[in-house]
Amino acid sequence: MDSSNAAGTSNGGSGDGDPAAAARRNTKMPKYSKFTQQELPACKPILTPKWVVSVFFLVGVIFVPVGVVSLLAARDVVEIIDRYDDACVPVNMTDNKLGYIQNETISKECTRTLTVTKDMKQPIFVYYQLDNFYQNHRRYVKSRNDAQLRDYKKANQTTSCEPERTTADGKPIVPCGLIAWSLFNDTYIFNRGNENLTVDKKDISWKSDREHKFAKNVYPSNFQNGGLIGGAKLDSSIPLSDQEDLIVWMRTAALPTFRKLYGRIYVDLKENDTITVKLDNNYNTYSFGGKKKLVLSTATWLGGKNDFLGFAYLIVGGLCIFLAFAFTLLYVIKPRKLGDHNYLSWNRHPAGR
Amino acid sequence: MKRFVYINDESYQNDYCDNQISNTKYTLWNFLPKNLWEQFRRFMNQYFLLIACLQLWSLITPVNPASTWGPLIIIFAVSATKEAWDDYNRYISDKQANEKKVWIVKNGARKHIQAQDIRVGNIVWIRENEEVPCDLVLTGTSEPQGICHVETAALDGEIDLKTRVIPPTCAGLDAEQLHKIKGVIECPIPDKDIRRFDANIRLFPPFIDNDICPLTINNTLLQSCYLRNTEWACGVAVYTGNETKLGMSRGVPEPKLTAMDAMIDKLTGAIFLFQLAVVVVLGSAGNVWKDTEARKQWYVKYDDDEPWYQILVIPLRFELLCSIMIPISIKVSLDFVKSLYAKFIDWDEEMYDKETDTPAHAANTAISEDLGQVEYILTDKTGTLTENKMIFRRCCIGGTLYGNESGDALKDVELLNAVANNSPHVIKFLTVMALCNTVIPIKSPSGQISYKAQSQDEDALVNAASNLHMVLVSKNGNNAEIHFNRRVVQYEILDVLEFTSDRKRMSVLISDSESGKIFLLSKGADEAILPLAYSGQQIKTFIDAVDKYAQLGLRTLCLAWRELGLQEYLEWSRLFKEANSALIDREWKVAEVCQKLEHTLDILGISAIEDRLQAGVPETIEILRQSGINFWMLTGDKQSTAIQIALLCNLISSEPKGQLLYINGKTEDEVARSLERVLLTMRITSSEPKELAFVVDGWALEIILTRYKEAFTELAVLSKTAICCRVTPSQKAQLVKLLKSCDYRTLAIGDGGNDVRMIQQAHIGVGISGREGLQAARAADYSIGKFRFLKRLILVHGRYSYNRTAFLSQYSFYKSLLICFIQILFSFVSGIAGTSLFNSVSLMAYNVFYTSIPVLTTVLDKDLSERTVTQNPEILLYCQAGRLLNPSTFAGWFGRSLYHAIVVFLITIHVYANEKSEMEELSMVALSGSIWLQAFVVTLEMNSFTFVQFLGIWGNFAAFYIINFGISSIPSAGMYTIMFRLCRQPSYWITMLLISGVGMGPVLALKYFRYTYSPSAINILQKAERSRGPMYTLVHL
Repeated sequence: MDSSNAAGTSNGGSGDGDPAAAARRNTKMPKYSKFTQQELPACKPILTPKWVVSVFFLVGVIFVPVGVVSLLAARDVVEIIDRYDDACVPVNMTDNKLGYIQNETISKECTRTLTVTKDMKQPIFVYYQLDNFYQNHRRYVKSRNDAQLRDYKKANQTTSCEPERTTADGKPIVPCGLIAWSLFNDTYIFNRGNENLTVDKKDISWKSDREHKFAKNVYPSNFQNGGLIGGAKLDSSIPLSDQEDLIVWMRTAALPTFRKLYGRIYVDLKENDTITVKLDNNYNTYSFGGKKKLVLSTATWLGGKNDFLGFAYLIVGGLCIFLAFAFTLLYVIKPRKLGDHNYLSWNRHPAGR
Repeated sequence: MKRFVYINDESYQNDYCDNQISNTKYTLWNFLPKNLWEQFRRFMNQYFLLIACLQLWSLITPVNPASTWGPLIIIFAVSATKEAWDDYNRYISDKQANEKKVWIVKNGARKHIQAQDIRVGNIVWIRENEEVPCDLVLTGTSEPQGICHVETAALDGEIDLKTRVIPPTCAGLDAEQLHKIKGVIECPIPDKDIRRFDANIRLFPPFIDNDICPLTINNTLLQSCYLRNTEWACGVAVYTGNETKLGMSRGVPEPKLTAMDAMIDKLTGAIFLFQLAVVVVLGSAGNVWKDTEARKQWYVKYDDDEPWYQILVIPLRFELLCSIMIPISIKVSLDFVKSLYAKFIDWDEEMYDKETDTPAHAANTAISEDLGQVEYILTDKTGTLTENKMIFRRCCIGGTLYGNESGDALKDVELLNAVANNSPHVIKFLTVMALCNTVIPIKSPSGQISYKAQSQDEDALVNAASNLHMVLVSKNGNNAEIHFNRRVVQYEILDVLEFTSDRKRMSVLISDSESGKIFLLSKGADEAILPLAYSGQQIKTFIDAVDKYAQLGLRTLCLAWRELGLQEYLEWSRLFKEANSALIDREWKVAEVCQKLEHTLDILGISAIEDRLQAGVPETIEILRQSGINFWMLTGDKQSTAIQIALLCNLISSEPKGQLLYINGKTEDEVARSLERVLLTMRITSSEPKELAFVVDGWALEIILTRYKEAFTELAVLSKTAICCRVTPSQKAQLVKLLKSCDYRTLAIGDGGNDVRMIQQAHIGVGISGREGLQAARAADYSIGKFRFLKRLILVHGRYSYNRTAFLSQYSFYKSLLICFIQILFSFVSGIAGTSLFNSVSLMAYNVFYTSIPVLTTVLDKDLSERTVTQNPEILLYCQAGRLLNPSTFAGWFGRSLYHAIVVFLITIHVYANEKSEMEELSMVALSGSIWLQAFVVTLEMNSFTFVQFLGIWGNFAAFYIINFGISSIPSAGMYTIMFRLCRQPSYWITMLLISGVGMGPVLALKYFRYTYSPSAINILQKAERSRGPMYTLVHL
């Protein structure tokens, strides 16, 4: 109430008593509130050197350790990457890779040998990596129908699945669309010496996808029946919710280079172990010069082997600390008195405005 | 064109409209099309509609059409609802007025009907305190003198009671006869001039001889007036429904566009062009990529032979993707904050005038920012700078000056003695003071006499006369009674030669009831009266007295009289009657006839009336001039008085600090030479620190405005101050127009009806709800009680509004550009095919909720406290010069959004690479990054934080997560479980921190650097303000 009186008397001049307050009710005087008078208590921070330097210093002090920890985590990850798209092409076909991959009579079997660089603790994630593959292309990413996958009664819903909606005779394809049609179909079998390393392909997809996006009672139908075969075929006796490779594939990647989970190996690998991979090199990346890589990797709390976060944090943290010092130094060398009215231009040149 | 109204004639059918009033803009049937049509006249709306329609084509739309249709429909629905609600209220009040019961005469008997059934020619009866339902010509009243009183506040805002008289030809008819009256009224076709009604009436036998009787506005009762102090009145309906004077003058004023709106439109246009460029470049790049690369990507399965329009598909997709560059929310946000600015003005306690119980009011809610950008203030003098409370101070009677010592003639012993001794000069002077006016004396039951005057000067003169024992006791019809030194004198008032601003004088013809002598009493401006003196009269003393009084800042009036012979009067009277019944050019004809009588006057003396300055005027002008605003004073008063007032209120400085340059002359050549001279002086001295001002009078101004407009425009640009005296209302408006044509922001402030045109012409019109009624206040965008509130209106409200809108509008573009740049960057890694990174829901919510709510709290932002601003008014320059919103500041925001988009995008794709690069996740990471950044940007750009800001910024931040958790728990949604998944990952939070750090670090460093090493005046004052006080607002200190 104090402030209300202060505001009221500032122009009126006479001291407001209770009668005045009573009279106010009969007038058109605006009702006082801190909001209407724009007098809400406010905090008005300004960029003092002290404040700014401490912010930069604090950010630096936080960022550097986080960077170190992230970098260590990324360094902990052991990763084996093997590019096989070129290597698996028979020597006589290197000039005509497209012919090789499109010729169904040529065996696509291929064997690769990997050496474990460091001990790898289980679980070991097996990924396939595609480069220069645009799963995020406008035409591709939209070419699916989620309703169809969720409900067997909606098998006919193939809108937006162009150009893979129906078979030539008009039957709806389940699952329709370019994404499903181009399902990745290379397969890998791992051996350490003579011991077969089983790849566990259970639970490689998201649980929520299996339970809510791909129904248990929807079965593939008319899939890859057309003239042009895209990628993998599906076993039409297995419900979509169990077709985990498809589910993984249909979680489209946002970038043209991406890895997708193939399976997990629940065996510890030792340094210098040699692993032979027998693979079926079926998938066509030759037409557009894409690369195919096989990746074996462990994981930490931060994910896979990715130094970016660690380095970024270290650099940003370092820069912040540098800026903090630079600003302090600058301030010591060239101090400015806060809020000196002499700096106001109209005080310097009283004549010119 | 004329209209003939046959009184009370059932047999005469006319096709004039009935009395149904309709103020509504729409009907039930045309509402939707008409409203939509009006809304789609705006470019922005057309643009959004086009985008929304394009989105219906599923081949090209990157997102669900709902993401544009939703907001578009909401925005349209909001404005349509507002319109509909306003229109409904108008309909309701129309209905009430239309269905009100009134008494009319039909077939000789009174009948009760609804107001809307009144037809032209009907006789309408009104009782005391009833509203007049249509425009009537008065035919009878309850008062024996044939007068009635009306309150015209609803029509012209004037609160005094006006007297209306019945035409002489109807005088003396009783109620019975009034029922049967027949006749014809000849009147002009409906117009909107509420001060003129040039008509005549002729009654049919047996009522009176076949004589034409002139009618003026004084014989009418206009729609929406109230009958007061009169038991009943009746009249003939001449104009009905929407054809009444009120109905005709009702017009929709053209909406005013602020400088800021114009700038925002310009920037929008620039962004639109930029968008087109992006579309063309990316569209062609996309087509090239498609033909070279995409056809090799077999899984995309492009057909080899495509329809012709395929070449358009990718550019159109980019057009849709980039359409969000122009924020759909900006108009709604701006409308919201603007109406709040207006409310803050209405609510402001410090702009409440206790004396007259008037709060400030913003009638136009859309132009508050312009207040902060005012460069020229054109102000009226009387009633605006002064109180318009006239007090009789001095006089000069027959060469003797009274009231010199005490400054109050009423206390001058000499004058009192002269009155007591019946000095003939003084008696004549007092008689003119008491009678030469249109004042109505009202006797209260206790015998006290009070005066109702339309002019404050007349009020002052009559009161002064009564203090000098010449008391005007009553005016009954044509008879006036005066008590002088306990003697009763009766006069008959024969004619009133009314005051007009062209004539600048008025006269009254009276005849002394005792002697039968006829006198002409005149009063008026000195230059309108003194030349009319009889040859041989020494008028030098009067001229000297006028000069002397004017230098004291007093308003002078010259009083004169003349005795007439009966013959002369009768001859003249005939001419006068003729002129008065003219239908065409009546005013001019009357003036001419008046001139025939007003000559060879005997000048009696000069009266000097003081009009005090309003409190706080000099300080206000001083501060506003400091803040870089130039003042022009436009007044109808004479030059010397105007200069005197200007000196008193700091408008000009006296020598040697200031210098006045006069532009005068009677002929074109003289004026031209004078103007040339002044212009030359102006040019030479413009570099000197001397305050120059030019003075021009209405006569010279008229010549200049018609012949030498260019030279005058140059003068206007050079001169910070000007005094224009004796200017007419239309010249005031012309001057405003001239300044506007030089691209200056103008504010016109005035209080009277003569300021209305200038107020409507200026970018901002401010009306002072003063003694001259509310006419100016009604026409104005802002109305205030006192001139001194202008300081607060401009420096506080105008400045804050400008700052806030500058931030809000640029921020709106920033956030739209940010999301759009991310989309564009994404297109480079998605085969330039126009894929949207974000899903429809996120895009829509981003624009409508996540980013528009926090920034709305900027309406409470204050960069400097009100006290600091008033102490350093120069700071207004930042608003005036538009330093906070211009292409270069906008470029800064543009660059910031580009930088932030790159930061968000690069960090996101590097962290969420390889096995993490799932579309929905990555899109949500990028979106969260943008939300984090925008929260920090708003925080950094905000100057003061109340709890509202805290709530707005961080509440919104929390709401973002809550909403997305909500969507993430809907199984059928595309982003089912995504947000939960992300929030469990440490890398998500680490990424957010990184984006904030990288995004904000340089912004903060840059801002700090500028703040410390090349601070703007605002920054310096901020620091000065904070270093002296604690961290909270300084308002109460």
